[in-house]
Amino acid sequence: MQISHRLLLTGTAALGVAGTAAAPATAQTLNVSVNIPRLSVAEYHRPYVAIWVEKEGAAPRSLAVWYDYDKAKGEGTKWLRDVRQWWRASGRALTFPVDGVSGATRAPGDQKIAFTAGKGPLGTLAPGNYTLLVEAAREVGGREVVRLPFSWPPKPGATVRAAGSSELGAVALSFGK
Amino acid sequence: MKARFLIAGALAALSLATTAQAHRQWMLPSSTTLSGNDSWVTVDAAISNDVFYFEHFPMGTENVVVTEPDGAAGKIENAAKGRYRSTFDVHLTKPGTYRIANVSTGVMGSYTLNGKQERLPRGTTKDKLASVIPAGATNVQTAEMASRNEIFVTLGAPSTTIFKPTGVGIELVPVTHPNDLVSGEAATFQFLLDGKPAAGLKITVIPGGIRYRDALGQIDLTADKDGKATITWPQPGMYWLNATLGGGREGGPGGEGGPGAKAGEGTPPAPRPQAPAGPPQRRASYITTLEVLAP
Repeated sequence: MQISHRLLLTGTAALGVAGTAAAPATAQTLNVSVNIPRLSVAEYHRPYVAIWVEKEGAAPRSLAVWYDYDKAKGEGTKWLRDVRQWWRASGRALTFPVDGVSGATRAPGDQKIAFTAGKGPLGTLAPGNYTLLVEAAREVGGREVVRLPFSWPPKPGATVRAAGSSELGAVALSFGK
Repeated sequence: MKARFLIAGALAALSLATTAQAHRQWMLPSSTTLSGNDSWVTVDAAISNDVFYFEHFPMGTENVVVTEPDGAAGKIENAAKGRYRSTFDVHLTKPGTYRIANVSTGVMGSYTLNGKQERLPRGTTKDKLASVIPAGATNVQTAEMASRNEIFVTLGAPSTTIFKPTGVGIELVPVTHPNDLVSGEAATFQFLLDGKPAAGLKITVIPGGIRYRDALGQIDLTADKDGKATITWPQPGMYWLNATLGGGREGGPGGEGGPGAKAGEGTPPAPRPQAPAGPPQRRASYITTLEVLAP
């Protein structure tokens, strides 16, 4: 765990400009809630979903990618490029599966995932303005991206909300300790 | 009878350039941006009026060359030729950008022997020039031609190893990577003629899907003194890009009076000792198909 953590930090060091900033005593978390809409379609497959963070002038950082990661011979990676904005921003530079980032596709409903500052894929965030992006692409379906701007460090109790209109429902970002 | 046939053949060869003006050669890949460690692209290759509809003639694939991201030679597979199009596959197993190219170079020209003008045989190459011109030939006129039709496909992140110019004909050097194009964004490419910036080169870009609209939607560009041209993509889709020198086609006359021959910039191609002034003119053409993704 410690080793993979270090590796991830090395790979994405560009975003955490403040390399010297130590993780706070009580770690800050990003709590993300993503609603995957239940769709009444003839052929339904769970969407591929990517969650990542962007900051102007810094390399984007992938936090989570939900896809068919466990298919034989890595065949599920063939469609990662369909999550096209994430693929261009970050995905195409990664080698799959990505420790702590790759995960299985999720069912319709409210899906929750949390990221801890100073740990795992989120790593250390330098103070500044960020955007959390959630993008969903569905086999034989559509694609949608939702943006949630936030500043770091976050204001206590702040919650950022946005919603998609087709492939994503309500998306919320809150902060915890 | 035989002589008449020869003349007809020569005329046909001559008119090829002008009739070809209405026809566009192209290769259309199934994808240009791919993920995974092992993927395939399949390519349609044809010569037609409208891009990208196969409705006239299949493109020969015998000379199609694949260059893998590390510069190694790849190969095409499952090549087949239909009435209107050819098709072939390329297996992508290395991360980075592949080049799939149909390149031809040659020399055309004529000479006079025993008071009769003869044309150089088709398929004459520069190194065989001396052997095809008989002793005693006079009034030798030759001009080089080089055509390049190439496409790029990328597995994973785009790479640039394959873009090392050969120094022959018109070539594209990325400022913006050709597999990193997005609608609404500007892309810049540098064009070279025989390895030097093709200043003043005329470039035409036509969006695919001609059949279902009235206007051609052609975008005309002129390369600057560094051979660079910038285009802002109006919408996502496949685009056909062409630059031609000589042969009376788009891009105007080539050779001495052609683009890149303006004095002052130090960029015009050096005059060729084996290409005396007067017809035929130097010909070079470049074609690529570019995929522009939605933002």
